Amino acid sequence: MPIFSRFFSKSRRYDDISVSIQEHIDERVDELVQQGIPREKAEKAARRQFGNLTLLHERSREVWQWQRLESLLIDLKHILRRLRRSPGFAITVVLTLAIGIGANTAVFSVLNSVLLRPLPYPEPQQLVSLHLDAPGAPGLAEFRSELRLSASMFFTFSTHNTVFQSMGIWGPGTASITGIAQPEQVGTAMVSGGVLETLNVPALAGQWLTPADQDTHALGRVMLSYGYWQRRFGGDPGVIGRTISVDSQPRVIAGVMPRGFKVVNYDFDLLVPMALDPAKEQLAGFAYRGIARLRPGVGVGEANADLSRLLGVWMDSWSNGPGTDPHWYTRWKIAPHLQPLKDLVVGPIKTVLWVVMATIGVVMLIACTNVANLLLVRADARQQELAVRSALGAGRWRIARELLLESVTLGLIGGAAGVAVAWAGLRLLTQIGPTDLPRLSEISLDARSIAFTLVLSVFSGLFFGAIPVLRYLPSRQRQPLLGAMRTASVSRDRQRGRNLLVTAQVAMALVLLIGAVLMIRTFLAMRNVDPGFTDPASLQTMRLAISENLVSDPRTVIRIQNSIQEKLAALPGVSSAGFVASVPMSGAEPSWDQITIEGKTDENDNAPMRLFNYVSPGYFLTAGTHLVAGRDFTWAEIYSVLPIGIVSESLARELWGSPQAAIGKRFREYPSMPWHEVVGVVQDVRENGVDQISPATVYWPSLMAIDPSAPQKLGAWRTVFFAIRSNRAGTQAFINEMQQAVWQVNSSLPVADISTEQEIYGQSMARTAFTLVMLAIAGSMALALGILGIYGVISYAVSQRTREIGIRMALGAKKTELIWMFVRSALTFTGIGTAIGLGAAAVLMRLMQTLLFGISPLDPLTFAAVPVVLVAAAALASYLPARRTARINPVEALRAE
Amino acid sequence: MAKNPQHRDLFPGALEIMILQSLRLRPMHGYALVKHIQQVSDNLLQVEEGSLYPALQRMLREGLLEAETGTSTKGRPTRIYRLTPAGVHHLEREVVSFERMFAGFSRVLAAAQV
Repeated sequence: MPIFSRFFSKSRRYDDISVSIQEHIDERVDELVQQGIPREKAEKAARRQFGNLTLLHERSREVWQWQRLESLLIDLKHILRRLRRSPGFAITVVLTLAIGIGANTAVFSVLNSVLLRPLPYPEPQQLVSLHLDAPGAPGLAEFRSELRLSASMFFTFSTHNTVFQSMGIWGPGTASITGIAQPEQVGTAMVSGGVLETLNVPALAGQWLTPADQDTHALGRVMLSYGYWQRRFGGDPGVIGRTISVDSQPRVIAGVMPRGFKVVNYDFDLLVPMALDPAKEQLAGFAYRGIARLRPGVGVGEANADLSRLLGVWMDSWSNGPGTDPHWYTRWKIAPHLQPLKDLVVGPIKTVLWVVMATIGVVMLIACTNVANLLLVRADARQQELAVRSALGAGRWRIARELLLESVTLGLIGGAAGVAVAWAGLRLLTQIGPTDLPRLSEISLDARSIAFTLVLSVFSGLFFGAIPVLRYLPSRQRQPLLGAMRTASVSRDRQRGRNLLVTAQVAMALVLLIGAVLMIRTFLAMRNVDPGFTDPASLQTMRLAISENLVSDPRTVIRIQNSIQEKLAALPGVSSAGFVASVPMSGAEPSWDQITIEGKTDENDNAPMRLFNYVSPGYFLTAGTHLVAGRDFTWAEIYSVLPIGIVSESLARELWGSPQAAIGKRFREYPSMPWHEVVGVVQDVRENGVDQISPATVYWPSLMAIDPSAPQKLGAWRTVFFAIRSNRAGTQAFINEMQQAVWQVNSSLPVADISTEQEIYGQSMARTAFTLVMLAIAGSMALALGILGIYGVISYAVSQRTREIGIRMALGAKKTELIWMFVRSALTFTGIGTAIGLGAAAVLMRLMQTLLFGISPLDPLTFAAVPVVLVAAAALASYLPARRTARINPVEALRAE
Repeated sequence: MAKNPQHRDLFPGALEIMILQSLRLRPMHGYALVKHIQQVSDNLLQVEEGSLYPALQRMLREGLLEAETGTSTKGRPTRIYRLTPAGVHHLEREVVSFERMFAGFSRVLAAAQV
């Protein structure tokens, strides 16, 4: 039934009832008058006979009502009318709630999209990442949390396992695409067979790579990502079957993957088959990331057990060449430790998000407490009305229901406004796009976020509404009929309720402030770390790869790189240039291996793994990595392939005691390699981010002998980062000039990853910066709300106790004493709140430990300074309203009020 | 029903059946209904206004009655209640069941006298 006509007919129906009853009474009166009773008495008698007319009306109407709903609607009408009459109160509450609920909804949406929602693959709960622990691999274990898979492991695991439906290995890479437009460097995902089957997302157009594409002896086809397909080919469906030139090799396009498809968390342009050759693989080469899809019903524990068994098979079936011990790796204590794929995708942001969510939740609590305080004041003002109603027979539940309905209504209005705030906040967030936030593109306000908002609105409404209800109901409302009269002072009892709320606020604000300050100190500590380079803002970097198919001779590669470096160094505004296999924090770890020291016997024994990097002369100068001892390479040494090397300071100290002692000492990677002499020692570089320890690093010349079986064969590092020191770094004009400089040397070389070191450095701080900003916002909101709360309570107390103050003054109290009386009461509950807050912070900050750097979660300075600031703020917030007592004229106060 | 125990209905449904039966004779307004029942029962039954109007509304909602705008015998505007076919049907069924109940009731009373 249309609800309107129902209500319409209902109001007519109500008129009918009134008319009938009125006529009935009139007839009755007439009848009594006829019997000789005076009209006045007759009317009274007739009405008496009818009893409670209103009740009768109500009873008659009730027949037609969805009773409860309708009386709720009536209550609601009253509530809205009352709110309209006090717009200041309504706007304050709704705004407070809109911001509070909005912030919570926004953070929850992020949390929901990133952490709670399943990964966008079919049956994602079956997907695992093949994480291997290797606690016995020295060097490596300290800098990397896992051991990656080697190709031989992949062959053993995928052939012999009994627990996976499918599995595969993959790795990110780059490739040059030529022949379409300008040469272009694209991100590739190198995949083995099984990767697509494991992720199980069908191709949007064309087909998946097949086992035939993984054949080592043929050139396998490639697949495009949706983004690359749109960007380069305009979404042309005819692209399937076309040939493109990938690293100067012709490759047929097999298909296009759908929009949003990523290999785990990697957003590639091109999917390229690895085409591994089992005949060439050995045990080592731990470079690949493994993923697998568990068989239905198989748990992680069972799969771990199966892989543990297969590690033995792996060592039995492969070797590292003649004369090596295949079971040598037992010392590494390799153990499978499979993880849900989602954990890998989400990564360390998990802690951050939960901390932020908890923080924002606390801010919401504080906001609710403020609203509860406002409601208490309001309920105070209405106390007489409520008492009268209660005296007239309104049930306790009826009054409670109305008060709660009012607060829930406020909550819901605030929630509706909050959704708008959240929507705007999320748009802002996705536009800023913190790069280390995974699944950023998936963030949205979905049904679950809306449900969260609804629940939050209702619960916060009930929460802050329950406080006035609990304060006013149990008294059963006998005395306040008189109590709220003008002759009385305010009862201590009610003031105490508000003080309790403010005490809780102070405690919560203190916890948030301590958290914020610890994050600020963490950020500062990270800024103070010498990262191993100087002034990152003026350090321009770009990546450039020279593929084997384009230039096969390593010497030519070095010559090309050298002339590009010279061209770059000659650009206006450039002071120096150099190149390196990996700039700090780029994540491009060139390789890890052991080295042997001349004169020490433990050749190829359980020596720690060292990070290898490959540098050109001039790189250290350009980056600002200063030499602690010795000197840089020279170009003459590079071209004549002299066996020399540079080591990091920590490595020099570990092996030879001091940087100076290291100069002239010799080391090598494998027995057939000539001994390399240390010519220089450079300061430690924070390769993996400022909050990670610097790995012990060996810097090799970028041209050297690389093949143990063919000592004469040279190798050049083909994918390098150029570093250019210039005050014009980051400007578009400069980037164009860099590009031109490269193309003057070779026009088919694509330039990629152009950024300043500042951007790379900033990304490594992004997580801390994000947490810092969120906590700082939350902390300042908490502080502001807490101070407002204190101000409000004291100022209300002053206004309520005007009479008492008047009496005190009349009796001779000094003004300063009166002011101090109020400030003291504020300081008392601030003090209690601070004590509680300190205790809570001491417990809670430990949970944040992983986010902190260079500072203890119980940092004494923070724990001492924040309370001082808070108490000072509280004193000020109470002093300002308390000062008003000084202006009270005792005569006025006693007379008027 | 009225809350006052002294004026309690005889049994549930009695008021409704009396209203229906009265309106079957002719459509009436509320006051006339009370008077009618009073007269017909020789002042033995007194319908309480407090029960009458809610009962009328209940029957209106169930579709046993219709209300129309009319005037009272004194010429004042009021609502006239009339039986619907559903009301007639309902009344007949109720009367049958009432009669059976009365029969049973009197037999029990008679047996108790022996």
